[in-house]
Amino acid sequence: MPPLLQVTGISKRFGGLHAVRDLSLEMARGEVLGLIGPNGAGKTTAFNLLSGFLTPDQGAVRFDGHSLAGLKPHAICGLGLVRTFQIVRPFPHLSVLDNVRVGALARRPLMAEAREMARAVIDRVGLGAKTDQAAAGLTLPERKRLELARALATEPTLLLLDEVMAGLNPTETAGIVGLIQRINESGVSILLIEHNMRAVMTLSHRIAVLNFGEKIVEGPPAAVANDPRVIEAYLGEEYVHPPAR
Amino acid sequence: MAVGLTLIFGVMRVVNFAHGDMMVWGMYLAWILSTRAGIDPYVGFVACAAALFVMGWVTQRLLVDRIVDAPHEMQILLMLGVALVLENAALVAFGPDPQRVRSPLRAATFWLGPVFVDVARLVTFALAMVLTLALYLFLTRTDLGRTMRAAADNAYGALVIGTDVRRVYAAAFGIGAACVGAAGALVSPILPFQPAGGLSLSVASFNIVIIGGMGSLPGAFLGGLLVSVAESLGAVFLSPSMKELVSFSLLILILLFRPAGLFGKTAA
Amino acid sequence: MKWLGAAALGVLLLLPAVLNSYAVTVFIFIFFYAFLGQAWNIVGGYAGQLSAGHAAFVGIGAYTSAVLSVQAGLTPWVGMLVGGLLSAVLGTVVGYLGFRFGLRGFYFVLLTVAFAEVCRIVALNTDAVGGALGYYITFTGNPWQFQFQDNRVYYYVALGLMLIATGIVAAIERRRFGAYLIAIREDESACEALGVNTFRYKMLAMIVSSFLTGVGGTFYAFYLFSLQPGAVFGIPLSVEIIIRPIVGGAGTVMGPILGSFILSPLAEASRIYFGQGGWAGAHLIAYGLLLIAVVLFLPQGAYPALRRLWGRAAR
Repeated sequence: MPPLLQVTGISKRFGGLHAVRDLSLEMARGEVLGLIGPNGAGKTTAFNLLSGFLTPDQGAVRFDGHSLAGLKPHAICGLGLVRTFQIVRPFPHLSVLDNVRVGALARRPLMAEAREMARAVIDRVGLGAKTDQAAAGLTLPERKRLELARALATEPTLLLLDEVMAGLNPTETAGIVGLIQRINESGVSILLIEHNMRAVMTLSHRIAVLNFGEKIVEGPPAAVANDPRVIEAYLGEEYVHPPAR
Repeated sequence: MAVGLTLIFGVMRVVNFAHGDMMVWGMYLAWILSTRAGIDPYVGFVACAAALFVMGWVTQRLLVDRIVDAPHEMQILLMLGVALVLENAALVAFGPDPQRVRSPLRAATFWLGPVFVDVARLVTFALAMVLTLALYLFLTRTDLGRTMRAAADNAYGALVIGTDVRRVYAAAFGIGAACVGAAGALVSPILPFQPAGGLSLSVASFNIVIIGGMGSLPGAFLGGLLVSVAESLGAVFLSPSMKELVSFSLLILILLFRPAGLFGKTAA
Repeated sequence: MKWLGAAALGVLLLLPAVLNSYAVTVFIFIFFYAFLGQAWNIVGGYAGQLSAGHAAFVGIGAYTSAVLSVQAGLTPWVGMLVGGLLSAVLGTVVGYLGFRFGLRGFYFVLLTVAFAEVCRIVALNTDAVGGALGYYITFTGNPWQFQFQDNRVYYYVALGLMLIATGIVAAIERRRFGAYLIAIREDESACEALGVNTFRYKMLAMIVSSFLTGVGGTFYAFYLFSLQPGAVFGIPLSVEIIIRPIVGGAGTVMGPILGSFILSPLAEASRIYFGQGGWAGAHLIAYGLLLIAVVLFLPQGAYPALRRLWGRAAR
């Protein structure tokens, strides 16, 4: 079975800065891959490269049998790869329903159908009570759910989640983690960028670690957590072998 | 003229659509001073600058301040409204016919080698240089100037360190307007002006500022020089009425191919 | 709400029977500018792409059908479609350049203004279309030439145009096209991520908008019979076009109509009171002040505010 996502050696430079360097990844259908790494490691840039917001200087991305070279974000979404934004971008003046409906319209061009689909998705993410409220009035956790709902409404095969837990307290985080698990169980593959280690460990089947634009480690959560290279990347050399007391 | 516009944009990210119309008022003020009080515009420009400073400050405080965080379209519409009011108030107050200010320097000319120099233009040029230099010194040497540049770079940061951002904004707008007031006065003996001329002056300012780079002071200055030279050449080789065509075409080209990152592919 | 609309329509249909010719003229302008405003509303209100150069499309439509009628004897009923098409071509060019090069906000406004001014200057310098003196159409009163003896026929034509444009906008709003435009106005990048081909929809909006505006140009030509580059391509006309939907409510179906009913009488009144004695521009001062007031206090326009009040009163 060919992999759902096949990233081969993509690179991106901004002037002198190598944001992403020779990155290769693979994802199988139904998988949850966690992407972690210190700030500035290139994770969001990688997302931008995968979703078409940036073009790689080198390398190739194949998704579900299609090459993504030169495709604009909307076309990539059409193929089934959709991303959320690290800083959420709701349509502020539109209601939750209208927000999600925009996503639903991607696959269901008829307004009535799109609306029904939107309602279903809104219930699924637990925002049912706020269906008709303007997005600008939502709390942060609610906006995160909205962002998720909108992306979900496009009926994606692969969902790219960019730091969806950022700014949430432990209860809210647990709620989102449960939601993501359910989404994955329904058949959506997920690639998530996260700083919340617990969430990443719980959700991911595999984890890839980036540092300075390069992938340094990849493997099952437990292996990655104990890998000295990961510890060094996050905390610095001294902590790989903490001094004896 | 362009320097004032770029200052306003640099500090507040607001595009002053009323820029040209403010300048026209500067010109009319110079005219009033000249005809009613007999003050030569080369002296009176200080008063014009001061008057327009007040106008800018008031505009900012009353109007622009409220919509600093609003989407750009709103700011554009607001300044468009201001432009409409200014232009037509001028029309009502002064009538539609072009005017010119008389100055004793007007007629003075002399030969500098093979070149025929017009003293009025020379003085204007010299004063403009002096004023630009003064503004530059203000922005780099004085506290308020540095605060302005800080606010331009990072408004939130400036707030955090306790700057009265609104006052800085008002000052910036005021100074921007003062620049244009001075410019208007200095140019009033040379260029005929009328209320309807506000638009072309605004466009000229935008042209210069976009070429030079929005928010960059040296850019505005160099841009001004560049555009004037280009236009003069254009006037020489093409018929005068097509001169405007040149500047608009230039504007279109600049808008499309502007090097300073206008290729707005949707980067997240 | 629906019976209110039907009643209003009924009144409008019957009005010419009781109004004098001057009043009919006022209404003609109300309807005509509402039509132009509605056309602009598609790209300026719904899609949020502020075009301050829409007069260019009026001008092209006007000159095209006028020249075709005078030189080639082509009936303006067909000429208006040709004019609309040519306007749509310009709209495509401007839209393509603006959207492909990612011009947003202020830069896009400037682009549209620049194009309108270029059209104006070209017309001013082209003697074949009258140059600075303008282009004139002789009045024959022949309906085949889109000319009518009776002012009231123009009334119904203008009303018809306004209703057609409103119908188009309402249809757009009901479908995915409209939902996408509104979303694009809110946040383009987010739309792209959700599968919306923002370039295509903005272009579509621009093309439809410019086509309709061009058609309006024909009405202008065959109602006023004289075309001056400054008047028909100039900024003042662009301002007239955009101010009605903005004041009335950009991005709403009723906005341009409401705006026109507010502003046209205002303009007329000020023209009467101040028209003599050098106060010629006074109504534009009022426009400017209104624009400022709307931006500061009612950014969404009068219609949404009224709808809220109505909603509150109904309870």
